[in-house]
Amino acid sequence: MLTLTGLFVFSACKNGMKQNSGILNNQSAAQKVYVAPGEHDEYYAFFSGGFSGQVSVYGLPSGRLLKIIPVFSVDAEKGYGFNEETKPMLNTSFGFVPWDDAHHPELSQTNGIPDGRWLFINGNNTPRIAKLDLSTFETTEIIEIPNSGGNHSSPFTTENSEYVVAGTRFSVPFPQKDVAIGSYKDNFKGALSFIKLDEDGHMDIAFQVLVPGYDYDLAHSGKGKSHGWTFFTTYNSEQSHTLKEINASQNDKDFIAAVNWKKAEEYLAQGKAQDYPTEYLINRYDEHSHTSTSITRNSVKVLIPEECPGLIYYLPTPKSPHGVDVDPTGEYIVGNGKLSADLTVHSFDKMMTAIANEAFEETIDGIPVLKFEEVLAGTVSSGGLGPLHTEFDADGNAYTTFFISSEVVKWKVGSWEVLDRAPCYYSVGHLMIPGGDSKKPWGKYLVALNKITKDRYLPTGPEMNHSAQLYDISGDKMEMLLDFPTVGEPHYGQGIAADVIKNRSKKIYPLNDNTHPHNIKSEAEARVERDGDVVRIYMTSIRSHFAPDNIEGIKVGDKVYVHLTNLEQDWDTPHGLSIMGARNAELLVMPGQTETLYWEPQKPGVYPFYCTDFCSALHQEMQGYIRVSEATSDIKLSWSLGESI
Amino acid sequence: MRRRINYLMLIASLLLVLLFVFPLWRITLTAPQYPDGISMFIWINKITGDNEYTLQNINILNHYVGMQYIVPESIPELTYFPYIILFMTAAGVAVAFTNNKKLIGTWLVTMLILGILGIYDFYLWEYDYGHNLSDKAPIKVPGMAYQPPLLGTKMLLNFKADSYPHWGGAVLGLSIILSYVALIKSRFSHEKS
Repeated sequence: MLTLTGLFVFSACKNGMKQNSGILNNQSAAQKVYVAPGEHDEYYAFFSGGFSGQVSVYGLPSGRLLKIIPVFSVDAEKGYGFNEETKPMLNTSFGFVPWDDAHHPELSQTNGIPDGRWLFINGNNTPRIAKLDLSTFETTEIIEIPNSGGNHSSPFTTENSEYVVAGTRFSVPFPQKDVAIGSYKDNFKGALSFIKLDEDGHMDIAFQVLVPGYDYDLAHSGKGKSHGWTFFTTYNSEQSHTLKEINASQNDKDFIAAVNWKKAEEYLAQGKAQDYPTEYLINRYDEHSHTSTSITRNSVKVLIPEECPGLIYYLPTPKSPHGVDVDPTGEYIVGNGKLSADLTVHSFDKMMTAIANEAFEETIDGIPVLKFEEVLAGTVSSGGLGPLHTEFDADGNAYTTFFISSEVVKWKVGSWEVLDRAPCYYSVGHLMIPGGDSKKPWGKYLVALNKITKDRYLPTGPEMNHSAQLYDISGDKMEMLLDFPTVGEPHYGQGIAADVIKNRSKKIYPLNDNTHPHNIKSEAEARVERDGDVVRIYMTSIRSHFAPDNIEGIKVGDKVYVHLTNLEQDWDTPHGLSIMGARNAELLVMPGQTETLYWEPQKPGVYPFYCTDFCSALHQEMQGYIRVSEATSDIKLSWSLGESI
Repeated sequence: MRRRINYLMLIASLLLVLLFVFPLWRITLTAPQYPDGISMFIWINKITGDNEYTLQNINILNHYVGMQYIVPESIPELTYFPYIILFMTAAGVAVAFTNNKKLIGTWLVTMLILGILGIYDFYLWEYDYGHNLSDKAPIKVPGMAYQPPLLGTKMLLNFKADSYPHWGGAVLGLSIILSYVALIKSRFSHEKS
């Protein structure tokens, strides 16, 4: 029997290289994604949560979910947007907005290579960009983008993360005003925003480019020779404002907008920008005070193409292009014309020559439109339908997703020859290759992020998680290895070698560095203070008790702030806090951190509170009582631990 | 007294200064939840851990079984042992310069007595921490004590405790051996003359 098995495996192995299906192939796929218990994955993958508003972190090749990082949506699990410290993160010029639609994660880069410092992601609905710190995997900054509607073509960083960008998918009155929708062509404009990172990594808007009222769909910044330029796709150059599925699909060609941001810096220095009054917020979270604050800005610098020659050009691109992707050399700019079968590839060198020769078809609002034939490098006749996005490997190959024909097509950059195709289940949107939009792709794996799930997993009623598929792209042929459900609706993703991030990941927040205005550093400082109807409880947690854990003298109508400092300084020892009847979520406080639960007691009684994160052998004992009395009561404020009040 | 300075003896005594550079002993606790282990280092003048929070973390674990908190400030030996070591270093240097075999022998015997007393003292502290348990301890295991081994490995409930000399312990041993060699050499040279 053993011999037989051996023979079978041996003969199957001989054919294994050519086989793409069958039991042996399944076994080898299983081996390729098997990460033994206790072992670590080779890559981190970051997927946007789409309408969940968050970012999910997966390990590749196992497809294991490692964490969900709250970004644009409140998250009761972690208290994000519920505790006093993180509420300001979701402030906007419209007030507190507890949700957004998160689309495109983008890793920060140094010399065009993902460096693992930060992850940026755009909020589409109420235009915003968030920055996540990858030493803590927390959202540490969110900036609002004014004069925009639908921040879709974002954040797509430049080679050294000098900028992240934003573009408006829905043109709107610029600045906003109350006008007839039918006056679209007169009043609606687009904004392409460049958000600068200062030395501390803080974001602020450097300038906006005022552009015609099209839909600015996606973007990518140049690299290598094209460093200094950012490319945005447009559709709806028809400037329609109703039944867009028909009316915005009439022109044979729309445009890729090429913005020379180094030129923009010159114009800014020359004082060519106009100050437009507006209102936008920047929310920053400080890892030492564990607190976020909102800053309001009241104007933005705007560059107008008519006044700034050489700032921006349009490259005609067929069929409502969706993704725009720049190959690792920076020479080729791929326009994914979503209503066609073919891909249009522009050449950066030819673009520069066309600009030098002024090979313009026309000029729209001061923006020269370059002659299509003068910038075209080639066309990929894919045989598929509905190309959306392209990523690259380290060997000069490109991979494009086709939504309608539900497949990934591999082609050669330069010869435009189709090399391979693999089906996706079903209707793939973005794809992600680790480093696949950078100067140095890691290659090896490709993840297809699909929009439709249907029968791929056990049914879960009408609503199902979306589906992702992992392919091995290290050989000539793509090999599907794994199918796994994802959170929300991942649009784009980013992948990075685990080593770049994992050794920088923090285990605790040092208590000595805690500068929270209401922190305490020891149980001896635990106390309760009243100032009118504001009561502040300075509480600590350590395995396995809160200090204090008996509190009396709180009254109905009080505004109670429980400032909980977790005194733990050991890895993976968070404590939670919840209070019965509090119209709020829990706190989940990391070692060395202070967080605040706001509570308005409604009725007299005695209210238990407890630790919500199973922390220790005596976790179930980690609890206490707060006595709430009538507003008129004269019970004195008192507290204790280990003895009766 | 054939040589003016006994260099072996000089080295033996000066080695003691290294006790302020390296810990004497290391106790490491490992459990499945602590894959890297938690190490506590016993120095001549202090108790430290892998990081500045280790003692707090060990104390948190210990309180479940009713052990006292380890508070280095409450251990008087850590205050006066450094003076004894400094005295022995100075005395050893002086002896090296006299190169008197009786004095070398006296220094060696004193060091041996001090070493034995130190280890006995260490044992007493371990015994006290391991046996003197609070009667209000949440976890009480009948017949169980939590004294780490003086030398070797022992299971203490879910933790494996390893207790071995560290570099400082080795330096102390080397110092005693060198002074013994110095004593022998000193005798041989005397007999030859």
